[in-house]
Amino acid sequence: MALGLGTAAILLVVLLWELARPTVKRALARGRRIWTQSRLVSAPAGYDPGRERRAELRARALLRSCIEERDWAMYRDLGFLRVWGAQAECEHGGHASYAYLIYPHKPLVAYVPQTGALLNEYCVAFPDHTRPYGSSRLPDSDDVLAKWMALIADERRLIADANMHLPGRQVDPARVRRDLARLARWERERAGRATRGPGLPGSADPRSADRADTLHA
Amino acid sequence: MKLLRMKPGHGEIVLAEGDVDVPEQEQALIEAFRRELDAGMWAAVPTHSPGARREAELVKSFAEVPREAERVIFFPRAAGGSLETDR
Repeated sequence: MALGLGTAAILLVVLLWELARPTVKRALARGRRIWTQSRLVSAPAGYDPGRERRAELRARALLRSCIEERDWAMYRDLGFLRVWGAQAECEHGGHASYAYLIYPHKPLVAYVPQTGALLNEYCVAFPDHTRPYGSSRLPDSDDVLAKWMALIADERRLIADANMHLPGRQVDPARVRRDLARLARWERERAGRATRGPGLPGSADPRSADRADTLHA
Repeated sequence: MKLLRMKPGHGEIVLAEGDVDVPEQEQALIEAFRRELDAGMWAAVPTHSPGARREAELVKSFAEVPREAERVIFFPRAAGGSLETDR
């Protein structure tokens, strides 16, 4: 009796497997296809996170070697750079009437330093059409350095090449206002450390005595 | 003097390096400089004179590069447009 039931059970399982096998094979093939496609979509051809990370480290070193120590500290701590507009006016001791915030791979944001009012977004990119690793995007810090050099060297030309938009097109105005508040706080703290002197507690960065601190005060 | 080029996925690469006072090396620098400009790159020279702020100047020919410059950095020319693509 038991032997008969066991045999019947085995036959039933085999029969069911034979019936279900085509469906299971189709489902597995579909799953493999979906998984492969999702991998292709989420990871562009040639994208290597480790390589991108090393590229960014090189880019940060290059940026640091080109800009003021104070500006480097700003970028390191806050994630963006501020560049004063009308450099010549500023260099002669006056207040800059406007300034830019440089974010990596975001538009330049022009604003009025005295009021914090946002003026415009200047959308500009530096695409490398040779796409050496499948992407035309420079590392973040290279993008910032390219904007900084172009802005410092020839502000008029860069702005002419950019697409101008009202604030809020790509960069959230609330974020910019938060960043301006962070920048103001950062400058106060830095100025405070400089006042206390390098040897006192809370003055971790002796380079904060940079003369640029007072240039646009 | 070093000629550097920003490169996606890599950071900067050294295109050429040489002494501008050595004619053969200067010629190699000039040729590398021209190749990059012909490829549509912009060239910038970071400057840092004592007592002055760090700045940069864009140059359009090798003759415009200060003889004492240590580096010329090439980067793709600016283009306006959306930045939210091509990751």
